[in-house]
Amino acid sequence: MNAQASTRPLDIERIRADFPILQRTVRGGKPLVYLDSAATSQKPASVIEALAGFYRASNANIHRGIYELSEEASVLYEEARAKVARFIGAARAEEVVFVRNTTEAINLVARTWGATHLRPGDVVVTTILEHHSNIVPWQQLAAERGILVRFVDIDEDGRLRLDQLEQLLRTEPVKLVTVTHVSNALGTINPIPEIARLAHAAGALLLVDGAQSVPHLPVNVRELGADFLAFSGHKMLGPFGIGALWARYDLLASLPPFLGGGGMIRTVTTENFTPGDVPARFEAGTPSVADAVALGAAVDYLETIGMAAIRQHERALLAYALPRLEELPGIRLFGPVGEDRAGVISFTLGDVHPHDEAAILDQNGVAARAGHHCTQPLMRRLGVVATTRASFYLYNHEGDVDRLVEALEEARRVFGVAG
Amino acid sequence: MSDLYREHILDHYQHPRNYGTLENPDRTFEDSNPLCGDRIRIDLKLADDRIVDIRFTGRGCAISQAAASILTEMVKGKSLEEVKQLGAQELLEELGVPISPARRKCALLSLKVLKAAAYGLNEWPS
Repeated sequence: MNAQASTRPLDIERIRADFPILQRTVRGGKPLVYLDSAATSQKPASVIEALAGFYRASNANIHRGIYELSEEASVLYEEARAKVARFIGAARAEEVVFVRNTTEAINLVARTWGATHLRPGDVVVTTILEHHSNIVPWQQLAAERGILVRFVDIDEDGRLRLDQLEQLLRTEPVKLVTVTHVSNALGTINPIPEIARLAHAAGALLLVDGAQSVPHLPVNVRELGADFLAFSGHKMLGPFGIGALWARYDLLASLPPFLGGGGMIRTVTTENFTPGDVPARFEAGTPSVADAVALGAAVDYLETIGMAAIRQHERALLAYALPRLEELPGIRLFGPVGEDRAGVISFTLGDVHPHDEAAILDQNGVAARAGHHCTQPLMRRLGVVATTRASFYLYNHEGDVDRLVEALEEARRVFGVAG
Repeated sequence: MSDLYREHILDHYQHPRNYGTLENPDRTFEDSNPLCGDRIRIDLKLADDRIVDIRFTGRGCAISQAAASILTEMVKGKSLEEVKQLGAQELLEELGVPISPARRKCALLSLKVLKAAAYGLNEWPS
């Protein structure tokens, strides 16, 4: 990665010009203020072109096609894998398994590692911050295999209670700790290297949900100390339908296949099959080749800008937004304030239902999310049914924050929220 | 002023009609929309299968609560048979504001609850 580029502030107007959708208007001519990148990011023209370009010029099914187009498609697919691997600091390209999304990556671990390493009574530790995708697969295993799922709580600021994690690791047969790097609902950045040390000292493995971190922070798997890292392409400027699971090669090589079918085998007879190598073993069926290629283009784009610069930009936007939001009478802001906070702002406004808030934002051209953010246990823990969430990315600027605040002022007027 | 939150919607939200519960209701039903936490309970007092009194309680977004308030005014005095025939479109027209697909569940929760009460359900058949 280009360390030099990372120290300069972003040229936001130039970046915005790379994202065609930011030119459009919504709700009768209002410029789009897109504050929902935690749900999915917008795409630069280079990614859209990579996707279309693959279909226009290189489309063929990969592997085993003895003709130029198929060879070309295969090379592009494997180049994309190498780009993603380099982007997260993987030791080799084969450590990256292409999947559809973070959810599928976590399910892959549950169904391969979990199914061969977890016995009745074993404990999987997750946290109250998790997205449903890092809760339900373990609850499914609990129902099927008699494992136990334990939750680490948060403190009043929305930070994980590491003392509870240590207690669980000391007193229970914990085989896996599975935790999000960045909370999609609160923006909390969890101390993964420290959690990795604690988990490994207790003989447990660590799975990290990187859906909200890989797109927004410099992430290097060697520094994280995780055993599995799951993330989605569509949240990091890439297309829908492509994501990745990273694990060390020897760990992947010790696991059984995930889904069965073409591409994941070495040989098949009428009696049996032998599984293929890593990572093909986990990629049964025709993969999303064009989406993988476009994800490679997204990685190129992010590396050109520099992840440290993107992180710095989002930190500055957060520092601009939080004091302005705090001034709104009746607002309740969730999540920690400090260096361990990503560009995600969850809030409620008086007793206005978040859906009503978001509807007023929408009428002002502001796209923000309202609801439980697929974190129902967290919402229950916070004592709310839902929050409104604004989330930033590299293409947001201070003007977006101003439009958000103006729209919230209108919501206060409409619903008569007092201080 | 906003298209969705017109004065009459806000008025029904902030000053709901027929709000509360009935003592010894002939029919009562409650349901919620787990996705957004909207919740509505409706109590009915009947005479000759006709609604002679109706009360609702609930919590949730302005659309769900205003719609419930408006619905209670629409159906007071109507027969259970008329309530069973009541269509979603009639309630949406009475609301008189543009309801997006994402908000239909909010707008129609009270109608769902009322219909369940009209059919005498104790819980949704699974």
